[in-house]
Amino acid sequence: MMAITQAELEKEKLTALKQLKAVDNEDDLNSWRVACLGRSSAVTQAFSSLGSLSKEERPAMGKAANEVRKALEAALAERQEVLREASLQRSLQSEHLDVTLPGRPILHGRLHPLTQVLRRIYRIFGDMGFQIYRSPEVETDDNNFTYLNMPPYHPARDMWDTFYTSDEGVLLRTHTSPGQIRVMRERAPEDIRVILPGATARYEQLTARSEIEFVQVELLVVGKGVTFSELKGTLLDFAKLTFGEEARTRLRPSHFPFTEPSAEMDVECFVCGGKGCGVCKGTGWLEILGCGMVHPVVLKYGGYDPAVYSGFAAGMGIDRSTLMRYRIDDIRHFRNNDIRFLEQF
Amino acid sequence: MKAPLNWIKDYIDLDDLSIEEIANVMTMVGLEVDGVRLVGLPMPAGEHHEFKYEGLSWPADKFVVAQVEEVLPHPDADRLVLCRLNDGQKELVVLTGAPNLYPYKGVGQLEKPLKVAYAREGAVLYDGHKPGSVLTKLKRMKIRGVESFSMICSEKELGISETHEGVIILDDDAPTGMPLVDYMGDAVLDISILPNMVRDASIVGMAREIAAATKRPLRKPDDQLEMHGKSIKGRAAIEIRDAELNPRFVLGLIEGVEIKSSPYWVRRRLNLADMRPINCIVDATNYTMLELGEPLHAFDYDILIKRAGGKAPTIITRTAEAGEKLTTLDGETYELEPYMELVTDKAGALSLAGVMGGEESEVNVKTSCVLLEGAAWNFINIRKTISKLKLNSEASYRFSRGIHPALADQAVRLCLQRMLAWGGGVVAEGLIDEYPAPPEDPVVEISTHDVERMLGTAIPIDEIQDILTRLEFDCELNRDTIKAKTPPLRLDINPGLVGKADLLEEISRIYGFDRIPPKRLSEELPPQHGNQALDMEELMRDLLVDLGLQDTVAYRQTSPEREARILPEDADGEVREYLRIKNPITTDRTVMRRSILATMLEILEHNCHLRQHLAMFEIGPVFIPNADQLLPDEVLKLSIGMTGLRSQTTWQDKAPEVMSFYDMKGVIEGLMDGLHIPNPSYQPVKRPSFHPGKCAEVMVGEKVLGVFGELHPLVKAHYEFDDYPVLAAELDVTSLLEIATIIFDIEAIPSYPPVIEDIAVIVDETTSAEQIEALIWHAGGKMLNRVRLFDVYRGEKIGVGKKSMAYNLTYMAPDRTLTDKEAAKLRNKIVKNLEKELGAVLRSQ
Ligand SMILES: [Zn+2]
Repeated sequence: MMAITQAELEKEKLTALKQLKAVDNEDDLNSWRVACLGRSSAVTQAFSSLGSLSKEERPAMGKAANEVRKALEAALAERQEVLREASLQRSLQSEHLDVTLPGRPILHGRLHPLTQVLRRIYRIFGDMGFQIYRSPEVETDDNNFTYLNMPPYHPARDMWDTFYTSDEGVLLRTHTSPGQIRVMRERAPEDIRVILPGATARYEQLTARSEIEFVQVELLVVGKGVTFSELKGTLLDFAKLTFGEEARTRLRPSHFPFTEPSAEMDVECFVCGGKGCGVCKGTGWLEILGCGMVHPVVLKYGGYDPAVYSGFAAGMGIDRSTLMRYRIDDIRHFRNNDIRFLEQF
Repeated sequence: MKAPLNWIKDYIDLDDLSIEEIANVMTMVGLEVDGVRLVGLPMPAGEHHEFKYEGLSWPADKFVVAQVEEVLPHPDADRLVLCRLNDGQKELVVLTGAPNLYPYKGVGQLEKPLKVAYAREGAVLYDGHKPGSVLTKLKRMKIRGVESFSMICSEKELGISETHEGVIILDDDAPTGMPLVDYMGDAVLDISILPNMVRDASIVGMAREIAAATKRPLRKPDDQLEMHGKSIKGRAAIEIRDAELNPRFVLGLIEGVEIKSSPYWVRRRLNLADMRPINCIVDATNYTMLELGEPLHAFDYDILIKRAGGKAPTIITRTAEAGEKLTTLDGETYELEPYMELVTDKAGALSLAGVMGGEESEVNVKTSCVLLEGAAWNFINIRKTISKLKLNSEASYRFSRGIHPALADQAVRLCLQRMLAWGGGVVAEGLIDEYPAPPEDPVVEISTHDVERMLGTAIPIDEIQDILTRLEFDCELNRDTIKAKTPPLRLDINPGLVGKADLLEEISRIYGFDRIPPKRLSEELPPQHGNQALDMEELMRDLLVDLGLQDTVAYRQTSPEREARILPEDADGEVREYLRIKNPITTDRTVMRRSILATMLEILEHNCHLRQHLAMFEIGPVFIPNADQLLPDEVLKLSIGMTGLRSQTTWQDKAPEVMSFYDMKGVIEGLMDGLHIPNPSYQPVKRPSFHPGKCAEVMVGEKVLGVFGELHPLVKAHYEFDDYPVLAAELDVTSLLEIATIIFDIEAIPSYPPVIEDIAVIVDETTSAEQIEALIWHAGGKMLNRVRLFDVYRGEKIGVGKKSMAYNLTYMAPDRTLTDKEAAKLRNKIVKNLEKELGAVLRSQ
């Protein structure tokens, strides 16, 4: 084998560098590396021929070969980087999705709107120290009426259209108020601060606006110094947390046999802002709850001495206020469980 | 009640207040104004109104009082007349078709001009020929060759009533040229009367409340009466059989009355108050009732004499006799119950006391002598009567809520005064008054301390006294205590402690709820009981939603037929007792449900055509009658329903799998896991609603928590489901929550790497997965960390009646890395155990 000269090596280097400039893909780059830095390349030949050189020639040739190898390797690395960058740019430019195609749907459930609203109420009153007490949906006439100061034939019984059962003295509770009697009898003489949520029933025609079954939440506070002022303060806090800090409310005298004085709370219509609309029947006000100081007869039936104890109670229908809030067109949607309705909450 | 504002103003000066202000005062004392109907008065200024307004305003320049001087025939229309009319400014000719002007046609200049309501050109009023209230504007036009541009109005056109049979003929004293709104413009307030405020179902009652709230003087009705006739004594008698049912009965007599129309202003007010004017006698009773709140009844006195055989009639009040019947003045005949109170004479029933008069003795066109009844009736008895007969009237509405007997004589006097004024005649001297049972008007003591204890704010004693006095309580003041005697016009105040609450209501509502400052609860928190059952129930809802299920809320009312759909025809035949509803609203809601599964299937049925994938649940009670107690057991249940595809088809996933038994089982397992229910087990079970081979019970130990599976094909056929299998579950929530654990041990995260390997064993088809797994665990011992079935294979390669079960096993030691040797030893032990117990064969890998 002919030994390569330094000049030849230099010439090979220039040729190789020139060829490298034309390389524009990984495969050619590989071929170039084999040809110019591989076993049969000029530079490798230069190294292997060192042994055959004289002691004097060897260092110069060694140095030259080394420099050529380094130069070629550096040029290779540089070229490699350029090609990698170019290939990345190519792929970034060519790979793009139609981002408007729909995503892969994840099937999931939701809480029923009434469950959601109830939980909000639990939380608001929970913060104020109210605990939750539940009682049966089928009740005695006594708990639903008589112990709430409505003996048989009391005119106020007309306020509740009642579903009776074929069992004498058994009815579907028309409100959550019988729970007041139950919790008082269970806990007397302890102070009481509870909310009573649950399903109730009223004998009405089933239409878009009237429903036979609905959810109510009742409040009951009993203690030795409970006042109308505190009833007002509690309800005002509730209204602000529910309808917003700015919501105007008013307390208007009303009548319930189991409270005295009795009142109804109206909130400024959140649909029209009080200007008057179909939802508020043009009045600008929405009736949200009934309330009052617990009637002495009810306290007595509950096991509390009305001369010593006082209390307040309030009750609100959840379906109706939810209906107004979301402007639902038909109150029956709540219990028809149409998936197209439920999915929206 | 519909209350014309001008009528209220007869008793209290309110001219300085706007309608809006008056309605607000009324609402804030408990007389809630539901709406205002304008009958002439202008719409309140401004955009924002607190109340709902409707009706028609009469601008002063468009509507005036006019007088018709002469009625001329129309040249070529019989049904039209031309009126020569003076509107206070000039004379004009107005065309009209009003039949009540025909009698004046062609008689020349009228001796006494007719006063009418006249609308000028451009006036906007209701179209008399269209049903309802359609607005129209008067424009100049030609009718049959005669020019017409203005109108003499009917009540309908002015929005007073629905009447359009003729034009309004006003009372003679109406001043010609006066704007109509000044003469008779009004606004009708629609008031909701609270059940304990029936005293205010009257004009005077409302005026009293407004007077108290605005600290204005209240004028009392003037019931002075000229009684110049022969004394009533001896000309009628009263016999009350049960004073409890009829505490008072008053009679007055007027003779020689003329049955004719009442003055126009009376008829207008009655119309505005939603009562139809009849004649001056009937109108007088209705007018007085609306004004004072005491219903009255007028008898034709001559008919009573005839019934008494020419003698003075004796009015007897008594309960009905067996089989007794009465035809009321609405023409209906009622069969009476023995508790129903009647007004009778010796010849029989005259009227249903306090509810409705009888047909025979009512005032008619020939009547000239009127015997007038004012009475008081036991409200509970009236209530029973009207609820039984389903017969309601203005009278029974008031009497069934309790009318104080003290009103009876005042009302009779006032009414006779009206009959005299509107119908003429002469009033017999004196009244016959039987008053066997005057109510006790309670005296209630209340102190400033009582007021502050209950309201949380102090009200000065003078103000308390002022409020009560304005409500006509008789107050006796002793330092900071008032002894208040209830006025004889209400029955809603009780004695003693309850009376204190009654007075507090009166004081606070007149004082004004808005003046009571709001405070936060100041008492120490009561003992804490919590509500773990609810907490867990809500946790369960969250878990189920996380598992992809939709929460639902369902009706409790259903029917046995609807629930029978969940059983095949040939089902057990077991009789299921229901809690039955006595007055069901529809035939498909006659009982309280026993099966939450039945509800869920209905929900699925409703939705199955709407979505490819359905997964829903409900937590709610079922109602199981219990012979040992009055009330049924309310058992809290969970239902789950699933049907359709595992996911919905999309452009990427074109054929998702159909949900099967194991999708439901996955949900059940997820729930058990989420509730940390220890070691639930599953075993096959047969239940009529489910496919016999695809149904399982979930248990903990011996306790069954519920059942789930695929619906039986025969049951499925009862519903309109798609072809997909329907999967359902019913679990007992109380049992679940009893076993669920809130505090549980968790496993440490391992410090050493696990050894993971797969084994597959061939076993008989009858071997259950649970059996195999139990044996693997038993043999694996402490080092075995996880067992996961990843394949079940059946095929020729392994033989008929066999299956291959492939498991992924994880071995681990807490203190070191396991060697291959140790792992091999474990595997051998497991395989040996399966070989020994099941005859299993290790399948070559
Ligand atoms: Zn509104």
